[in-house]
Amino acid sequence: MNILKFFTAGSVDDGKSTLIGRLLYDTGSILADQLEALQQSNRKNDDGTIDLAILTDGLRAEREQGITIDVAYKYFQTAQRKFIIADTPGHIQYTRNMVTGASTAKLAIILIDARNGVVEQTIRHSYLVSLLGIEHVVVCLNKMDMVGYSETVYNAIIDKYKTLANELNLKEVTFIPVSALKGDNVVNESEHMQWYTGRSLLHFLETVDVDTNLDAQLSRMPVQWVVRPQTDELHDYRGYAGRILSGEFNVNDKVTVLPSGSSSVIERIEIFDQRPEKAFAGQSVTLHLKDNIDISRGDVLVNSAHLPQNSQLIEADLCWMDSRPLDESITYLLQHNSKVTKCKVREIVYKVDINTLEKQEAYDFKLNDIGRVVLKTADELAFDFYTDNKANGAAILIDSRTNLTAGALMFRAIAD
Amino acid sequence: MSKYNLNYLDELEAEAIHILREVAGQFEKPALLFSGGKDSITLVRLAEKAFRPGKFPFPLVHIDTGHNFEETITYRDKMVERIGEKLIVGYVQDDIDQGKVIEQQGKNASRNSLQTVTLLNTIAKHGFDACIGGARRDEEKARAKERIFSVRDEFGQWDPKRQRPELWNIYNGKIHKGENVRVFPISNWTELDVWNYIKREKMDLPSIYFSHERECITRNGQLMAASPFLNMDSEDIVERKTVRFRTVGDMSCTAAIESEAVALDDIIEEISASKISERGARLDDKVSEAAMEDRKKGGYF
Repeated sequence: MNILKFFTAGSVDDGKSTLIGRLLYDTGSILADQLEALQQSNRKNDDGTIDLAILTDGLRAEREQGITIDVAYKYFQTAQRKFIIADTPGHIQYTRNMVTGASTAKLAIILIDARNGVVEQTIRHSYLVSLLGIEHVVVCLNKMDMVGYSETVYNAIIDKYKTLANELNLKEVTFIPVSALKGDNVVNESEHMQWYTGRSLLHFLETVDVDTNLDAQLSRMPVQWVVRPQTDELHDYRGYAGRILSGEFNVNDKVTVLPSGSSSVIERIEIFDQRPEKAFAGQSVTLHLKDNIDISRGDVLVNSAHLPQNSQLIEADLCWMDSRPLDESITYLLQHNSKVTKCKVREIVYKVDINTLEKQEAYDFKLNDIGRVVLKTADELAFDFYTDNKANGAAILIDSRTNLTAGALMFRAIAD
Repeated sequence: MSKYNLNYLDELEAEAIHILREVAGQFEKPALLFSGGKDSITLVRLAEKAFRPGKFPFPLVHIDTGHNFEETITYRDKMVERIGEKLIVGYVQDDIDQGKVIEQQGKNASRNSLQTVTLLNTIAKHGFDACIGGARRDEEKARAKERIFSVRDEFGQWDPKRQRPELWNIYNGKIHKGENVRVFPISNWTELDVWNYIKREKMDLPSIYFSHERECITRNGQLMAASPFLNMDSEDIVERKTVRFRTVGDMSCTAAIESEAVALDDIIEEISASKISERGARLDDKVSEAAMEDRKKGGYF
């Protein structure tokens, strides 16, 4: 059995939390004591049925305001698959929390209120999905019960969305008409929409192909920790521990250590007490090399045949997440996997108007702004472009005054 | 091009090991909080996988309420001996003796809330900058909101509205002096995942997890182990029951369930079929809808 991580996006009141509540409820994932707590809650739907949204609103302030402020993670499983849901806020002021939930997801569910169709927030969320390179997109047209389960309404909205998806270069988009409130096409197929012949949302989630399809030669492993027991019997033991970001490593592969550029050959791969011949993306391993070279945390081991980019001047997309605006005069810290280096933002190339998707000239960069910048780093970084290899193409900016995570970076090009 | 796909337990394990190694790489003085329960036992196993054949780059820390199940303490000491790592114990009793906390009174008195003070004192005494814990997001709705690297201020407080964004698998552990980070490597595991992992790894457990006979009383609809730590009076009827525990905590607030599960397979089957959540057996969560959130804001684990 494998795991699918997905997240939900939509405007406030589009019914994200209700949809997740419905998925959990109809798959029997809500236990009796939790259900009892729901029934005792003062929050009820207009018709007196329990409000499934409160299942995910875990904070007092969220229940008070009836909105989602921060990401909540929910877990459920069926016979086919395990699911991790990031229930992310739709409200514009919490965009950074949506990016938090989305950055580890393989699939996005975008909710559209069938009464309102494609709105500003739909464009904003779809843009973020495209920017973050989420592989699969499911558009749920929610509240179909409020538009008489109309096929005409559905068709009109998906036509409009398809135009947007083209503009944004979204590759795989699936449309499902649902009512989260009533339960149509969420887990169970709807009796009200005979015209819809596709799968229910759950059925789709259970069957979508989420295997990582990666170039085996894009082998990258940042060194997190050097294992050196330094005991009598393990005097010469020196293992480089880390999680393989992408690609694969085999015993006898020639590898290069960056940034130093020294190379060696893999002598042994250890996963605790196992000694596999091959290890691949996602696995936490310890590698042993034939030569004794200087390697420490922050270095990256790569397949010598396919080296990553190596530069101190990088063009990147930036999503700003701090209430303090970007300050081009100060030095930030850039964390790229296990590597931390000083960094300055040299230039704001443009900012994107999220509503029109236009690129604008910009002189400032504030909370929730998204655009393109040029970075100058103190040390050379061994990275890939985000479009080629997400795992080695992203980084965060840290404000060294506050230690807060100030921005999310996706590397796009080498700057001149 | 080839396709990669990890089995779910392998994926969860690899993620947790990655997180543990980030703690080792990013912090000066980390600690692993160890209660003797199944979640922290799982953490110890994951730490072995992350750092062996080297030593753990952190000690284990147990906050001992003095009201523990004896079986848990026996297990703890045996395990520490087996793995050969350092154990630091913070005693709630010491803080009571020194007048730093005052024992609760009344029938439902518990030392559970006093733990927070001892935990914070232990962190301060040893200067820990990161505390690894076995909390899971599926346990409770406030925990579902918590980051994997959760920054606490100098009072140990969690502020849910000021959490750092946590992007991709990049964890920002930068803090100011006096602050610390609570790290939760098994955030994404469910109760059932932990049990399946324990089974796969053939790990030993404290015996209270398995069905046994015990003197119990029924209080507030829950089965509690009869013990000197529970304020009992003539209304409490002691009965002998066949029970086991789903969580390991303070004896005064951890309820038993009636169960015949004597082996891991029985437990897995029982939990798969259960209609009650794990924390449904914890009285400390039932105080109010925001009980856990409030305790976490106050510095609770």
